[in-house]
Amino acid sequence: MNIAVQSPAGNPANSGYLQGLLAGQSQVSASKQAWLNKLRSAAVETVSELTIPTTRDEEWRFTDLSMLTKVSLQPAHTPNKLTAADIKRFKIDEATSRIVFVDGIYAPELSKIESRGIIVGNLAKELANNSALLQQHLAQHATLKGNVFAALNTAFLHDAALVMLPRDSQVKAPVHLLFIATQKEVVSYPRTLVLADNGCEATVIEDYVSLQDETYFTNAVSEFVLADNARIHHVRVQREGAKAFHIANCSAVLSRSSSYQSVSIAMGARISRYNLNIKLAEGAECSADGLAMISARQLADTHTCIDHAQPHAISRQLHKCIVGGGAHAVFNGKIMVRRGAIKTDSEQSNHTLLLTDKAHVDTKPQLEIFNDDVKCTHGATIGQLDNDEVFYLQSRGITHEMARNMLTYAFGAEIIERIPVASLKRSLEQTVLEQTSTQL
Amino acid sequence: MIYPDSKTILEVRGLCASVEGTPILKNMNFTIKSGEIHAIMGQNGSGKSTFSKVLAGHPDYEITSGSILFEGKNLLELAPEERARAGLFLAFQYPIEIPGVNNSQFLRLMYNTVQSNRGKEELDPLEFDDFVRDKMKLLEMREDFLDRSVNGGFSGGEKKRNEILQMAMLEPSLAILDETDSGLDIDALRIVAQGVNQLANKDNAIVMVTHYQRLLNYIVPDYVHVMVDGRIIKSGGKELALELEQRGYHWVSDELKVAA
Repeated sequence: MNIAVQSPAGNPANSGYLQGLLAGQSQVSASKQAWLNKLRSAAVETVSELTIPTTRDEEWRFTDLSMLTKVSLQPAHTPNKLTAADIKRFKIDEATSRIVFVDGIYAPELSKIESRGIIVGNLAKELANNSALLQQHLAQHATLKGNVFAALNTAFLHDAALVMLPRDSQVKAPVHLLFIATQKEVVSYPRTLVLADNGCEATVIEDYVSLQDETYFTNAVSEFVLADNARIHHVRVQREGAKAFHIANCSAVLSRSSSYQSVSIAMGARISRYNLNIKLAEGAECSADGLAMISARQLADTHTCIDHAQPHAISRQLHKCIVGGGAHAVFNGKIMVRRGAIKTDSEQSNHTLLLTDKAHVDTKPQLEIFNDDVKCTHGATIGQLDNDEVFYLQSRGITHEMARNMLTYAFGAEIIERIPVASLKRSLEQTVLEQTSTQL
Repeated sequence: MIYPDSKTILEVRGLCASVEGTPILKNMNFTIKSGEIHAIMGQNGSGKSTFSKVLAGHPDYEITSGSILFEGKNLLELAPEERARAGLFLAFQYPIEIPGVNNSQFLRLMYNTVQSNRGKEELDPLEFDDFVRDKMKLLEMREDFLDRSVNGGFSGGEKKRNEILQMAMLEPSLAILDETDSGLDIDALRIVAQGVNQLANKDNAIVMVTHYQRLLNYIVPDYVHVMVDGRIIKSGGKELALELEQRGYHWVSDELKVAA
């Protein structure tokens, strides 16, 4: 396969970097499914037309990726063998099914699959059985156009975490998708596809963790496809290593009267970027809540786009940032109400707590409304811990430090409270408490 | 009540304090003994709320001169939390809301922190539950109040009751009630006052900071002080409050000018 296509508009150094990333692509073994091979080669084409974005790109104004382009990264070829003990601390008690990928490679020995009435597993295994359905959806909802990272992920697409929920299925236990990074200078391309048929209900936890402190790159793509009346809770936890790069694209496509409730927590990585795109059909409902809690020199960038494509849809969004050290948070929340999407009901708010003078946030609500008969509200606040609040707690015998921790914790707890999985909620609350204590 | 063998709880001498360079307290003198209830009255801007915050150690105020002795200790050397543990309590005019922190957890943390610092036994969640429910009866508080977040969505009356509940739990030797009557209807005022009266004893002292005489009908002070421009310019018995209610504050200032 010829991948040495120079982008005419591209920055040569940049294209060289992309070529480096693509070098391993030819080693992705060809699938028996011709459509999948085609999907990949089309993605390679797309990548070759693009460059790594710079801060001159409007969508990347605040997130400088030049650090990423300075590291040489390759996909892992030999899986790192982990034992059950290695991943014990990431286990979520309530989850009866767990799909584990280590450095981007499916780890059947760590996975636990209980597919009572649903299909949970990895794509490579399910490909033959459900080829037509998978062809219809895989990489059809995440936009590759102009998105070099989604295109790169698709160029390497040969396996994925797969959750297929049949009509009216009700899954009480959450499904845990666990992506573990163990090797340095490795790039992994985690991929998730959730197909939720009419009237089904389930909770999916997408969890990015690390067993290393070295530099690596996670480039993830997730697609959630909800048929009429499907109800999905999507919990996303990004707790990558301190030197990691994490860039992820998630697309949720909602059919009529379906419901997608998402809570996304970003705590890890040196530089992280999460793009969440939600498209709402008539009467669909979504929530897109988020908490970014960062310190030291971390950067966490969240870009969301909620697209009210049809009438009577409801969207709710509460995004919070807790920024300590010299960290930098970015939030760009776009709400789009298309022509004809009457009776749209949308609320967005973004609140940021800056713990130090060097902490920084860039926040931008973006409302594009092409319609009259709608209800859209948005609000944003940026502040520091209130002296009077700290004093109130101190006047009750609580130390200054503990008072600050309590108030910081309380600020973040509002989001964590919304996670519908009790044990995960507890462990994240614990993490927030520990982080607040060490940051001050 | 005034007792013959009482000890001095708080002694403020020549206190001057400013906020962002603007003097607020100007040569404030004030002494209270155990068993006594004092009312500090004054108009908005007289410095009476500043005085209560300075006593509790609010960081926004700078003490430029003067001294405060609390049970013989130099209060100005203590951090706000140390003052609370030493037995000073401020009931806030505007108690803050802390969404996300459960009220019963907060109350237990507060109680146990102070207890352990006083060398007393801490309570486990079950013991604490009995303890706090017992205290809640004093203030006619609803059960669900413990499950809510700290002051979250509380009415004005509920917030003030929550303050007095905390006072009941911490058993301070000096309680300062900052405008505790403001924003309360008569029923809530009666309940709060009843609570305070039950907590008053011969070993502790209570300072009520208020604009109006209304609260003093329910909690009867031994002494009433009038604060004008950052200091006390007149002191008297409870009848002084009635006179202020009838004649306003101006005559006190006028009297002072004539004397000068």
